[in-house]
Amino acid sequence: MAVLTIRNLHVSVEGKEILKGVDLEVKGGEIHAIMGPNGTGKSTLASAIMGHPKYEVTEGEITLDGQNVLEMEVDERARAGLFLAMQYPSEISGVTNADFLRAAINARLGEGNEISLMKFIRKLDEKMAFLEMNPDMAHRYLNEGFSGGEKKRNEILQLMMLEPKIAILDEIDSGLDIDALKIVAKGVNEMRSSEFGCLIITHYQRLLNYITPDYVHVMMQGRIVKSGGPELAQRLEAEGYDWIKKELGIEDETVGQEA
Amino acid sequence: MATETKIPFDETYIRTFSSGHGEPDWLTARRLEALELAERLPLPKPEKTKIDKWNFTEFARHTVDSAPYDGLDDLPEAVKALIEAGEGTKNLYVQRNHTSAYVSLSDELKEKGVIFTDIFTAAREHGDLLKNYFMTAVKPDEHRLAALHAALLNGGVFVYVPKNVEIETPLQAVYIQDEDDIALFNHVIVVAEDNSRVVFVENYISASGEGKAVANVVAEVFAQANARVFFAAVDHLAKGTTTYVNRRGIAGRDGRIEWALGLMNDGNTVSENITRLVGDGSFGDTKTVAVSRGEQVQNFTTSVIHYGKHTEGSILKHGVVRDSATSIFNGIGKIEHGASKSNAEQESRVLMLSEKARGDANPILLIDEDDVMAGHAASVGRVDPIQLYYLMSRGIPRRDAERLIIHGFLAPVVEAIPIEGVKNQLIEVIERKVQS
Repeated sequence: MAVLTIRNLHVSVEGKEILKGVDLEVKGGEIHAIMGPNGTGKSTLASAIMGHPKYEVTEGEITLDGQNVLEMEVDERARAGLFLAMQYPSEISGVTNADFLRAAINARLGEGNEISLMKFIRKLDEKMAFLEMNPDMAHRYLNEGFSGGEKKRNEILQLMMLEPKIAILDEIDSGLDIDALKIVAKGVNEMRSSEFGCLIITHYQRLLNYITPDYVHVMMQGRIVKSGGPELAQRLEAEGYDWIKKELGIEDETVGQEA
Repeated sequence: MATETKIPFDETYIRTFSSGHGEPDWLTARRLEALELAERLPLPKPEKTKIDKWNFTEFARHTVDSAPYDGLDDLPEAVKALIEAGEGTKNLYVQRNHTSAYVSLSDELKEKGVIFTDIFTAAREHGDLLKNYFMTAVKPDEHRLAALHAALLNGGVFVYVPKNVEIETPLQAVYIQDEDDIALFNHVIVVAEDNSRVVFVENYISASGEGKAVANVVAEVFAQANARVFFAAVDHLAKGTTTYVNRRGIAGRDGRIEWALGLMNDGNTVSENITRLVGDGSFGDTKTVAVSRGEQVQNFTTSVIHYGKHTEGSILKHGVVRDSATSIFNGIGKIEHGASKSNAEQESRVLMLSEKARGDANPILLIDEDDVMAGHAASVGRVDPIQLYYLMSRGIPRRDAERLIIHGFLAPVVEAIPIEGVKNQLIEVIERKVQS
């Protein structure tokens, strides 16, 4: 069973500290949700775990099954079993979705173990049908000209094709209408197993109506300030964040403000 | 003049050469006029590249007699790879150095009056027709290289598609150079008469080493009223070959000319591609991709000139530069006075793969009419680190991710190539040029 462990993580962007000591453990079979208002460091956590070039880890550690993730290149992290569904997926002109996915799968399988073309096509067709995607999208250039919803669905397609041990979904629900949201949730639920752990980053409780988390964490000022079960998300939906701020004596929840 | 270059071949030589090919008098006369021009005209001046020290005139042999190929089986592997078996062999021209080495044209097209033959045969058998087009889009008095080309013409192909004839499958030409120290003055003419349609695909390949060679190539394309010409080319001449290549098109009323050019030479190259939209409602689309490596210096000028009303022109240029190579991309959209309701668009992008590489994208719009639309985008930069991050976050190693991005960047021409073998060859050439 996979375990992603984050200890005392401090992360800076362009010299400014955004994360100020995050502790979190995500195990295979668990779904965690990180909630919190804008500007509290949620997406920074996602990017730092994956190794975005702009984010600098200044302190703390991240391990996956005991291996030091921070020493790995971005591609090594992915091959070790991490996946990040990005908030703003890149558009890559001239590279078809299918060619890209096959390259990604083969990179995982390694030389000599490449997936056969037939098997690949079967799997791709099956997952695209499951996500109710137009088959044409396999042959379109990666994310180029995709609508916001198509891009998010395409991120979930990649998740299902690559079958990581631990996935981080960074605001996968933003900009989605309810139908698209249900499909994205369907994809994530399909992945649920003891072999798959997931960290969902979101502003809104809405997504959690369709994917029931095991743990809910609230992030403010670059730290996890409260953790609980699914009932915590429901209370946030009903009452907002003010009660937490009051409870913890926080005036401004965004990064850079101290209690 | 900066350098006084003596043309290595004189009037007597040209007369003998011309009569040896049984050329009509008008062609001999044009050669001699051009020779005289070549001696006094200056070199062309491609924007931002100095070419006055380049070798355009030194070569040991002007022409060599090569053996034709006995049949399709006898073609070199490099040529076979470019051709699709079956349909693809029906309309094919293979030129070995200066010799027409394999030609086929289907009976169906012959019956429709299509001409597809080497330039010498065209001069002998269709002289009056050829005369109307030869060196009319590119004129010998433009500069020394154009004059030299007309004087020393020693290869090429003539494509003529009569009125209302639409050809579905591509006509394919392959020019293979398998000897060093020669010069190729190749001339290609594609004429599409009213309402006709043709797809022409050409390849320049070197099977020789890296000896000094010169290529001085002119292609003239004529799309007459409502005719459509799709012209695809992959140039891949060896490192020792200095190339001047000028591809020019003239579109008549509602005529369409589309270019897809993969400029992959390994030697110093000046490439000029001009489309003149003369007729009202004509259309020109030109896509160019290029890779420069080593110490190579290359200059690519693409221009679409609007004369007719309601004309549409678009230029796309994507270049990759690595090592210490230099690539200059000049894109010129020109709208003449009177060409109202016309639209000139262009996009030039250069991807630099090393510190020492030099690349330049110069978009130029020259507009002499008020009622028009025009736009341009240009960029010179490195592989986008965020794109790299995205691909790598799926497990793709950095090198492979870069490779994918570069192939994607050059895809606009690759995807437009209508013959699978030629497309694959272009992909392989790109792969080699980018990786090694």
